[in-house]
Amino acid sequence: MPKTLLQIDWLTILIIAILIGFGWGNIYSTTFVSPDESILDLSKIYGKQLLWIFLGALIGVVILALESKFFERFANIIYLFAVLSLLGLFAFGKTIAGQTAWYSFGAFSIQPAEFVKVAVALALAKYISDLDNDLSRFKSQFKAFAIIGVPLALIMLQPDAGSALIYLAFLIPLYREGLPHFYISIGFLTAAIFILTLKFGFTLFAPIFGVLIIIVYLFNKRNKPKLWKYALILLFGIGFSYSVNFILNSVLLPHQKDRFDVLIGETNDIKGSAFNLYQSEVAIGSGGWTGKGWLKGSQTQGRFVPEQHTDYIFSTVGEEWGFMGTSIVVILFTLLILRLFHLAERQKNQFSRVYGYSVMSVIFVHFFVNVAMVIGLFPTVGIPLPFFSYGGSGLWGFLILVLIFLKLDAKRKSLN
Amino acid sequence: MRKLLPIILVSFTAFLFLIRLFYLQIMDDSYDEVSTNISVRKVYDYPQRGYIYDRNGELMVGNQPAYDVMAVPLEVKEFDTLELASLLKLTPERLKTQLERAWRYSPRLASVITPQLTKKEYAYLQERMHKYQGFYIQKRSLRDYDVKHSANILGYIAEVGQGEISEKSYYQSGDLKGKQGVEEQYEEVLRGERGVKHYLRDIHNKNIKPFKEGKFDTVSKKGSDLHLTIDAKLQAYGEKLMKGKRGGIVAIEPSTGEILSLVTAHSYDPDLLVGRKRSRNFTELYYDTIQKPLYNRALQAIYAPGSPFKALTGLVALQEGVVDLEEDFRCNGGYSYARGVRMGCHNHPSPVQMVTGIAHSCNSYFAQIYRRTIEKYDTPQKGIDVWRGHMASFGLGDYLGYDLPVGRAGLLPDADYYNRAYRYPTYQWYASATLSNAIGQGEVLTTPIQLANATAAIANKGWFYRPHIIKKVDDKSIKEEKYTTKQVTTIDKEHFDPIIQGMHDVFNYGTAKFLRVPGIEVCGKTGTSENYTKIDGERVQLTDHSIFIAFAPKDDPKIALAVFVENGYWGSRYAGRISTLMIEKYLKDEIERTDLERWILNNTLEDEYAKPYSGEPFKINQ
Repeated sequence: MPKTLLQIDWLTILIIAILIGFGWGNIYSTTFVSPDESILDLSKIYGKQLLWIFLGALIGVVILALESKFFERFANIIYLFAVLSLLGLFAFGKTIAGQTAWYSFGAFSIQPAEFVKVAVALALAKYISDLDNDLSRFKSQFKAFAIIGVPLALIMLQPDAGSALIYLAFLIPLYREGLPHFYISIGFLTAAIFILTLKFGFTLFAPIFGVLIIIVYLFNKRNKPKLWKYALILLFGIGFSYSVNFILNSVLLPHQKDRFDVLIGETNDIKGSAFNLYQSEVAIGSGGWTGKGWLKGSQTQGRFVPEQHTDYIFSTVGEEWGFMGTSIVVILFTLLILRLFHLAERQKNQFSRVYGYSVMSVIFVHFFVNVAMVIGLFPTVGIPLPFFSYGGSGLWGFLILVLIFLKLDAKRKSLN
Repeated sequence: MRKLLPIILVSFTAFLFLIRLFYLQIMDDSYDEVSTNISVRKVYDYPQRGYIYDRNGELMVGNQPAYDVMAVPLEVKEFDTLELASLLKLTPERLKTQLERAWRYSPRLASVITPQLTKKEYAYLQERMHKYQGFYIQKRSLRDYDVKHSANILGYIAEVGQGEISEKSYYQSGDLKGKQGVEEQYEEVLRGERGVKHYLRDIHNKNIKPFKEGKFDTVSKKGSDLHLTIDAKLQAYGEKLMKGKRGGIVAIEPSTGEILSLVTAHSYDPDLLVGRKRSRNFTELYYDTIQKPLYNRALQAIYAPGSPFKALTGLVALQEGVVDLEEDFRCNGGYSYARGVRMGCHNHPSPVQMVTGIAHSCNSYFAQIYRRTIEKYDTPQKGIDVWRGHMASFGLGDYLGYDLPVGRAGLLPDADYYNRAYRYPTYQWYASATLSNAIGQGEVLTTPIQLANATAAIANKGWFYRPHIIKKVDDKSIKEEKYTTKQVTTIDKEHFDPIIQGMHDVFNYGTAKFLRVPGIEVCGKTGTSENYTKIDGERVQLTDHSIFIAFAPKDDPKIALAVFVENGYWGSRYAGRISTLMIEKYLKDEIERTDLERWILNNTLEDEYAKPYSGEPFKINQ
């Protein structure tokens, strides 16, 4: 154990500790009633979060104490338990706000989806590190997608589209390990077409897209262009763009469609669907350079931003700490992700590397989607900001996710 | 290459977020104001409007509480329209249009939905308003009139108009502001300064705590009390005398320029323009185009001054040295001043001199001395301008600078005026062409207050203070230079004695000898002025206006006044009676000449005023 302590990447721990500490300060600001009350009051949100942090630290110690081989060896069993925990929700779960995503134990609830990410990351790492599998082959691709797809489908059924979205993060480790460019390209292309069509409409997008593809084809001298490939892309692009309206109106639920409309400025119903985003932008926008000061944000203290201690916690930072605070948080997350990337790349063991990549990607996607949503660059999706938002399941899920990797990293030489 | 993807994604994301945050937080300032609007509530504290007293400290206007139902449209949640409408005693349609109007004004600022509820209505509503989010009740103070007169002097207060708000002024929707009269003139003094408290509030509209420890809060400042120069008793008496007549009375204290009373008839009860009934009553008054109760005849009506003007004609002639006091002028029932043109005169002893000329109001005498005044100079243009300069020094042809918001300059013609009228130099014109000015029947037009002011100047023998209606602000006498600087006329002091003697003799043996006030030496001058109207595009002469100017006592003038009674016929008939009654009331407080008083109170001129509207031919000067 003492040896492990020396080998642990303390920089990562430090960044996470800062995020958790700063996060708690903001949670306190959004939920305190009177400064005279004890911060340990467990009936208050900030008091509970303090407890989650303390217990989270204990869980962390336990994980660091475990044998590092344990995770690789039991990856599949953990995965099985995870899938069962999701299935169990349909029998024993508690429904809150239309989503059956929690197990309830008296005053406390646990959201298994926050822990399933760990299991998927482990199972995926285990599968890919198996020498028999090669991600350039379709069979391996299919199995890898299945590992991700099963829990994803179960979460979609809760229904929790936001949490499901997070599983796209696993495309990044798969790509690193040899998944063809095609998947990533098609992913970005689809996203780009969707956004551009929303913004400019099919009639404007389709001709421009067509002309663009033709120009690329004509000027692409280096590689011998295959005409059918271009034709296929063109067909897919225009076809998908054409179906965007159909997806919006028929596939998405009305409230999901509203969220897109809000984002692209189609609707400005600041009392209705645009209320959250509007209040959030006002809170952040009124922060200025240095903010209004801790516990002094008028939007925060008036509790105008709904869900501000959970998904919209970043707006508190914006209002009370200003651009100074928000840029520090953005930089801390960027440093954390880049540090995890660096750690992942230095793994000699493929299991550790794939797992590390997954950890980095999951945190990145959470960070990206959450902050982008709060500052009005992404439709409203209910996922937390890692280490920052209120919530025990989320906090523990992320701590377990990262600390397993730090343990693997600490033992990277012996795992070889 | 594959290793680069995370680095590219993370760097791009960080860059995108920082740009977006920089834009939101630093570049775009609009959020600061929005944030304040959302989270900070302003609670206004409207101070009491200043009281208005008369010159003797008698309360004329006080306050009573009133309650406006206000709404902030953005905060209005779904509610039962029918229920609220019936609670507010509005039709549902009216409630809807009021809310729409409020949206247009501002979604975030409060607008009045229904104004000025009484205390009783408020008590009933208050218990039920909490059900309607976004609505609240704002307390204000309304006027409470202790007098039934002086409506046109006092003016009224009303909700500010949309135009007055959008100029980024002090006012907000629902604020009350003085309109007309003293309320308008001294609005900023009377209203005080409203206070505001800023509270941080939460999403449920509850106040959490003072915003920034009350850094932006202001304390309300009570409006100042005004003491007017008006004598409420005299004013009330004047309005009583003018019942059933049209015209104006302006009484001034000559030694100070203080307006003792300013009566306009037809007038109205100031109480009509208070509270919820205000707008309906106002419309009614506003569209009464026959009696014009909102029209202040004492300040705005311009009349030919008639014979009182002769006093001024005499003064100018004396100052110009064109007539000797002892010089006799014959009057053979008129004065022929050009071939076949004759100015008529009434029957009186002849010959006359300056003093007797005034006492008997001899047209011929004043026509001749006026002609000499103009003809003293090489050209009639020069003569007219010199004459005009003298007249202007009495404040004629000028707004006078008094402290009330309405007025007319009247007309005091100069050489240019006649040049234009007679198309000089194509045609020449002479003093005789303007001769009617001598007797106040020419081009000269005056308002009652101008004539009262000129009378005060005569009483003072050559000077006056600008007439004004403000005496004290918060018990401190006014020190405004405008009203404490002596205005000196161009006439030397000694010339006033014969004129004043003549005006005194008006009562001794002249045109008003039956109007003597026992125990008071009154000086005055009668006037009868011809006037015309248009009926179906035709110029029709109406019964003459009855005019009178007077001051008293002769040797220590305490009151100078001018009275116009439209279509009252000759000067002493209505205006003269009213003038002397006003003087008697003011100086003695008791009326001894009760028969005379009864005559005025019992006689009205309604029949006379109905004539032009009867559609039938009518006789005048009966």
